[in-house]
Amino acid sequence: MNSVQTTARPAAGSATASAAGSTQRVRAVDSELAVSATGLVKRFGEVTAVDGIDLTVRTGEVFGVLGPNGAGKTTMLRMLTTLLPIDGGSARVFGVDVASAPHQIRQLVGVTGQYASVDENLTAAENLWLIGRLLGLPSKAARARARELLGQFGLEDAAQRQIKHFSGGMRRRLDLAASLIARPPLIFLDEPTTGLDPRTRGQMWDTIRQLVRDGATVLLTTQYLDEADQLADRIAVIDRGRKVAEGTPNQLKTSVGNSTLYIQLTDSNRTSEAAALAETILGEPPTLTPEAGGLSIALPDPNQAADVLIALRTAQISISTASVRQPTLDEVFLAITGHYTDTPSEES
Amino acid sequence: MSTMIIPAAGRRLTPHTPLSETVSQTFSMAWRALKKMQRNPEQFFDVIIQPLLFTAMFTYIFGGAIAGNVQSYLPIIITGIMVQTSLTACMATGTQLREDMEKGVFDRFRSLPMARIAPLAGPMVADLLRFGIAATLTIVTGLIMGYRPGGGVAGVLAGWLLVVVAGWSLSWIFAWLGTLLRTAQAVQGVGMMVMFPLTFLSNAFVPLTTLPGWLQAFVKVNPVTLVIDAIRDLMNRGELTGKVGWAVLGCAVVVAIFAPLAVSSYSRKA
Repeated sequence: MNSVQTTARPAAGSATASAAGSTQRVRAVDSELAVSATGLVKRFGEVTAVDGIDLTVRTGEVFGVLGPNGAGKTTMLRMLTTLLPIDGGSARVFGVDVASAPHQIRQLVGVTGQYASVDENLTAAENLWLIGRLLGLPSKAARARARELLGQFGLEDAAQRQIKHFSGGMRRRLDLAASLIARPPLIFLDEPTTGLDPRTRGQMWDTIRQLVRDGATVLLTTQYLDEADQLADRIAVIDRGRKVAEGTPNQLKTSVGNSTLYIQLTDSNRTSEAAALAETILGEPPTLTPEAGGLSIALPDPNQAADVLIALRTAQISISTASVRQPTLDEVFLAITGHYTDTPSEES
Repeated sequence: MSTMIIPAAGRRLTPHTPLSETVSQTFSMAWRALKKMQRNPEQFFDVIIQPLLFTAMFTYIFGGAIAGNVQSYLPIIITGIMVQTSLTACMATGTQLREDMEKGVFDRFRSLPMARIAPLAGPMVADLLRFGIAATLTIVTGLIMGYRPGGGVAGVLAGWLLVVVAGWSLSWIFAWLGTLLRTAQAVQGVGMMVMFPLTFLSNAFVPLTTLPGWLQAFVKVNPVTLVIDAIRDLMNRGELTGKVGWAVLGCAVVVAIFAPLAVSSYSRKA
């Protein structure tokens, strides 16, 4: 790797000049835990947006923070990245305290926001060059780094275009590229694929996987279980400012059954009858969906879908639709919290 | 793909931004502001239209009534309008900073290990261009209308420099308001409320002696009056008077108070 292109200052051997106060090593970084937070609290007036969250992210893993809009995901991420003051609890990033050493934290993290944080008035190349300059790269090196990243993110053709004229997917890619100029070991991604089309979404997933292969630790927030499932090694489920569950994607999914059978009855009056039948087969009562006559039946084994359908047929309960799917975030939520992901109070 | 990541263990963290980097970051942010101006030239309207329009308008309307004729009013009005335009231009500094801070890109700047003063100071360095344009246009309009400054070339240049410095210093107040208030409209509103009386209750447009006694008392302590007097001393008489010294000192004090206030308010808001 060409050291001219880096903004970070890798320790130049053990002989560290202690004379220059501004460049000496402040504290040893902890390379085991990328994030360790205990009892994080954030209040906005009356509203407690984050209400005592503990979080541990190991170096090298992808950690997913899953939750509906307004759950406090973004607020938590903004606290961890020094963008919001922490009201209670404490957080460390690679062993460095976030509240007391924000300047050091900013040298360790890359942040990609929910809304692309790039400058509308500048071109893609100018945006990256500017950030490179702000990070202390000489002009030429900043230009080279910008060109390199634009190439990696497939944005060469759009390099000289103003961001105003960019599509949503291109903005996100540029935003992520901007976060990588300093080659940060910890990358925060706030809903990296919300609002993207499936193809662009897949590309973003590939990029994130590539970052992890390169040694990055990634903390991402998402509203989609399948995204967390695809990318994350471990997931924390956040609801109304609290962590309600944590585990691997498989652990979370088995808590609600590996797959779910959705049934819509032709006659909604027979819902309870159908539910009783399903319960005798599976031993667990199914949950009723918000629509009348709808049942969502958690299946420990997908093959049991047939048993339920046959039983309904035998009892002459007619169905209008049936499908077997992975549980959605809604069901994970329902199983964990006992309520649907209704729209809670606005997140500031 | 080349290596995109440098592990945490291989990094040396710096506790703060060194001064040389702060300066370089400020210039990078100034570059960004200049690019923005270049791509949104309507930002120059106030500093182009106001000097041309107000100078011509005020001179022909008030010249005869206040100074007997246009020619003898010019030394009063040109210096007055230079300061007035400068004050209006620094209001725009605050509103534009406020608008800018709303944008996502400011989250990016906050998340970078850069000096907290750079995002504020950068645009203000670029604004020197706006102050320069305003002062130059006012002087040129005056010269065309027959203004013959007694201070000569040196006096005019010194006056130009003082008005640019004064406008720049005062814009720190508006930068602070920009970080403090919630909307650009609020910044504009507060700015008008402060700037309008300060400009008109000064000796910018009329000689002090024509005012009632109580008003004279206010006008005399109005800092705008001091700056105008200093500029008149330089441009019309070519004299480096004590008032010039006080005006420069005043500017320094304003920057010394409001620059730290603005930076701390900006860092707190985060």
